[in-house]
Amino acid sequence: MELGPRIIFSIGGVNVTETVCYAWIVSIVMIAFALIATRRMERIPKGSQGFAEMIVEFIYNLVGNTMGKEHSNFAPYIGTLFIFLILGNSLGLYEQRPVTADLNTTFALAGITFILIHYNAIRTKTLKGYIKHLSEPFPFMLPINLVGELAFPLSLSFRLFGNITGGVIIMALLFGGLEGITEGMEITVPFLLIGIPLPANFFFDIFEAGLQAFIFTMLTMVFIANGMSAQEHHE
Amino acid sequence: MSLVTPQAFVLGMSALGAAIVMLGILGIGIGQGFAAGKAVEGVARQPEAQGDILKTMLVGQAVAETTGIFAFIVSIVLLFANPFIGML
Repeated sequence: MELGPRIIFSIGGVNVTETVCYAWIVSIVMIAFALIATRRMERIPKGSQGFAEMIVEFIYNLVGNTMGKEHSNFAPYIGTLFIFLILGNSLGLYEQRPVTADLNTTFALAGITFILIHYNAIRTKTLKGYIKHLSEPFPFMLPINLVGELAFPLSLSFRLFGNITGGVIIMALLFGGLEGITEGMEITVPFLLIGIPLPANFFFDIFEAGLQAFIFTMLTMVFIANGMSAQEHHE
Repeated sequence: MSLVTPQAFVLGMSALGAAIVMLGILGIGIGQGFAAGKAVEGVARQPEAQGDILKTMLVGQAVAETTGIFAFIVSIVLLFANPFIGML
């Protein structure tokens, strides 16, 4: 059973896998929808503009409730991440490999989160306060705290990757098994594939995709807000 | 008595190891079920806080899942990207 993403083409030794291609397609779809929905903006929204406004309002509410109203300037990034993850996770619906079933994608996203957490922590409480916060409760705990901070993007990326890859493997096993049954019955048309994988598809490509996207963005928000506000509680 | 080739032995032991690693999932089931049970208690006591409780429960369960995901990745590596075959 081949597990890794297929290589579509390679430019000068750099392999472009299907993950990269699907990530481009998802990005293009997102950009195209944003452009089309805001083409002719009207005061009373209708059609796609209404839908886009609904999404934006939902994201702003989520960010405001989780990070606090004063941090709602993070909403554009959080919203982009959320929609990208939902679309990228649910590619299994089109019989394609999800974008996030590749450790490179999830690790890159977790790296962005990591940089955001620490950049904003340093920005809000200066370098001195940041190091002081890291060496709590005792200064000799600094290495342990550093390891803890470094483990966070690792666990964040592995969580998303593991969940989605588990779904991909189970779906592949299910399809393979159903095809094997029809072959065993000596029928050339794999009619068992009609409808029977539907509940699994629903679970892994709709429910799990939305849940994991929500959890990833939620943890990102919580940790960014935590890093920024840890000092404010003390003073 | 037939001889077992080294490759077959390594492959078989890797499959066994993958299965044993997946026993780590046991704890997740218990932990997530416990969290869900407590969330149900909370909702029963305070139905108006359902949204917040659901959100907190999902995030907590996701964090509890981490160890199991690590176990799962170890077992995937053993099954599909076996590092021991190359050592033979």
